[in-house]
Amino acid sequence: MPLLEVKNLTLSFGGLMAVNNLSFDVEENSIQSLIGPNGAGKTSAFNCLTGFYRASKGDILFQGKSIFRMKPHKITAMGMARTFQNLRLFRNMTVLENVMSGMHCRTRAGALAAVLRTPGQKAEEKEIRRVAEECLDFVGILHHKDRLARNLPYGDQRRVEWARALATKPKLLLLDEPAAGLNYDEKEQLIDLIRRIRQELEITVMLIEHDMGLVMRVSEKITVIDYGQKIAEGTAEEVKNNPRVIEAYLGKEDEDDD
Amino acid sequence: MNTEKNITTQTRLTDNIYAGLEKKPVLYGIFALLIVAVLLVPQFANNYLLEIFTNTWFYIVLCLGLNIVVGYAGLLDLGYAAFFAIGAYTTGILSSQFGMNFWLTLPFSILFSALSGVIIGGPTLRLRSDYLAIVTLGFGEIIRIAARNLSITGGASGLIGIERPYLFGIYLSKIHHFYYLFFLLVILAVIVSYRLHYSRLGRAWQYIREDEDAAEAMGINRVQIKLYAFVIGAIFGGMAGSFYAIKMTAISPETFVFTQSAMILLAVVLGGMGKIPGVILGACALVLFPEIFREIGQMRMLLFGIVLLIIMIFRPQGIWPERRN
Repeated sequence: MPLLEVKNLTLSFGGLMAVNNLSFDVEENSIQSLIGPNGAGKTSAFNCLTGFYRASKGDILFQGKSIFRMKPHKITAMGMARTFQNLRLFRNMTVLENVMSGMHCRTRAGALAAVLRTPGQKAEEKEIRRVAEECLDFVGILHHKDRLARNLPYGDQRRVEWARALATKPKLLLLDEPAAGLNYDEKEQLIDLIRRIRQELEITVMLIEHDMGLVMRVSEKITVIDYGQKIAEGTAEEVKNNPRVIEAYLGKEDEDDD
Repeated sequence: MNTEKNITTQTRLTDNIYAGLEKKPVLYGIFALLIVAVLLVPQFANNYLLEIFTNTWFYIVLCLGLNIVVGYAGLLDLGYAAFFAIGAYTTGILSSQFGMNFWLTLPFSILFSALSGVIIGGPTLRLRSDYLAIVTLGFGEIIRIAARNLSITGGASGLIGIERPYLFGIYLSKIHHFYYLFFLLVILAVIVSYRLHYSRLGRAWQYIREDEDAAEAMGINRVQIKLYAFVIGAIFGGMAGSFYAIKMTAISPETFVFTQSAMILLAVVLGGMGKIPGVILGACALVLFPEIFREIGQMRMLLFGIVLLIIMIFRPQGIWPERRN
C-alpha cells in the first residue's frame, strides 16, 4: 500500500481548473517530486494535500485513510508535515521556540497543568525542548537556537522551517520549493539533508521544485504536471526525454519556427 | 542625529532593564521589596488611599484577564465587562436571593463565565478578522440590558445587601481586609498569567498571533486554542466580578457599561499588550491618574485623554519596553 494515494484530485476556482483530475502515489520511504512550469498548479495541489485548500473532487488517502477536505492541523497530527514556499516563520520568536511549535500536536498539557506546573507538564516541556534541539541539530543550526528567527540569514531561516516540520514527527514531509533562494553550497547541503531525512529519520519526502538539476539528482520518481493535469511520470531519465515534458517547458517546435 | 542618539540610549536602557530582570536574585529582590511595601501600606495610609489601592488591585486582575485574550491570543474583545458582570451577578443572586455562602458561589461564577465564553467565542472564533470585536461589543450590551430588565437581577436599581464572607475566622468588612484580599488576587493572577505565558498553550497563542497558517501547519487547532484564551479571560473577569460584589455589597447594571470595557482594554493597550508588568502599569495609570488630578475637576479626563493620545502616538507598543534579542 502506498503511503499517499491521490485519486482524481480536482480543484477549481470558479471556471479555472487549478488541479484537474490529478492522480499519483507516493511510496513509503521514497523521495519523489512534483514538477511543472510556472502556474501549472503544483502549489495548489500541495495545498489540497495539506488541507489549506478544499479540493472540489477526488480523494486523498494517507496510510489508507481519507484525509480529503480535512483541516490542516488534523492532517499534520496524522503525520504529514509541510514547509512553505515563502518563509512562514514565527518571526518575533526565537529559533528554538519556532521549532518547539512542531511538538504541539505530539503533546497535550492544557491550561490547568500549566498553571499548577504538574510533574507531567514539566516532563513534557523538557521533552518538547529536547526534540526541538535534536531537530535543530539535525539541520545544523543548533548554535542559533536563542536568536530571533527574523535575525537569521535567509538560508538559515529555511533550515528553521525544515527543523520545525521535522519536529512534528511526520511520516511524510512535503517541501514546497525548498531550494528557492539558496546558493550553490546551500543547495548541495539541501540534497544531502533530504537524503539524510529519508535514511536516518525514515521519513518519506515529496518536493515541489523549480530547480530541475536538484530534482533530477535527488528524486526516484517524478510527476510532471501542466495546466493542473499530469503529463508524465517516471524516473529522471524517463521524464527528461518525454516529448510532452519538453513541450511543456520549452514550447512546441513548430511554434518556434513561426 | 539627535533621534538616533535617543534610540540608542533608550535601547541600552531597555537592555539593562531586561538584563537586570533576568538575574533571578535581582528579580526576587524586587518582588520581595514590592510585596513588603504593599503589606506595610495599611499601617500608614488612610481609608481614602486604601480604597484607591484596593481599586487598583481590582483593575489589575481585570486587566490581566483581558490581557490573556487581547495580549496573548491577539483577539479583540470589546465587551469584557460582560464577564465581570456575570461573575458579580452570579455571586450577588446566589448569596442575596438564595442565601448561599460567598465561597460556594465562586465555582458557579467560574462555571457561568466560562460557559458564556464558550457560547460567545465558539461560533465567532471560527471566523477570521474582527467579527469577534462586534459580537463581544453586542454581548456586553446584551448582558447589561438583560440585567437592567430582569427581576432576578434587581432591575435598574440592581442588587443590594450582598452578604460578606468570613476568611480564616475574620469577617471581611474593613477596607484593609479587602486591600489584602484583592492583593492576594493580584498575586494569583500574576502567577497564573506568567505560567500560562510560558507553557505549551502560551506558545500556541503566540504562534497563532504571529502566523495563523503556519501555526495550523504545525498541527495547532486555532479555533480551540483561541477559545481557551477567551474562556480563561472570561473566568478571570468572572472571579474579579464575584469579589467586587462582596466588596461593594451592592451591584447595579450601570457598573458594566461599555466605557468600563473600553477602559480595561485601554489600560492593557497602554501598558503594553502581552507583557505582565506593562499591563499592571496600565491598570495603575487607569485608576491613579484620575485620582491624582482630582483637583482640576472635569478637566482631568480631558488631560487623561490627551496623555493617552500622546503615548499611543509615540509608543504604540505600550509603555513597557519590548524584549530584545
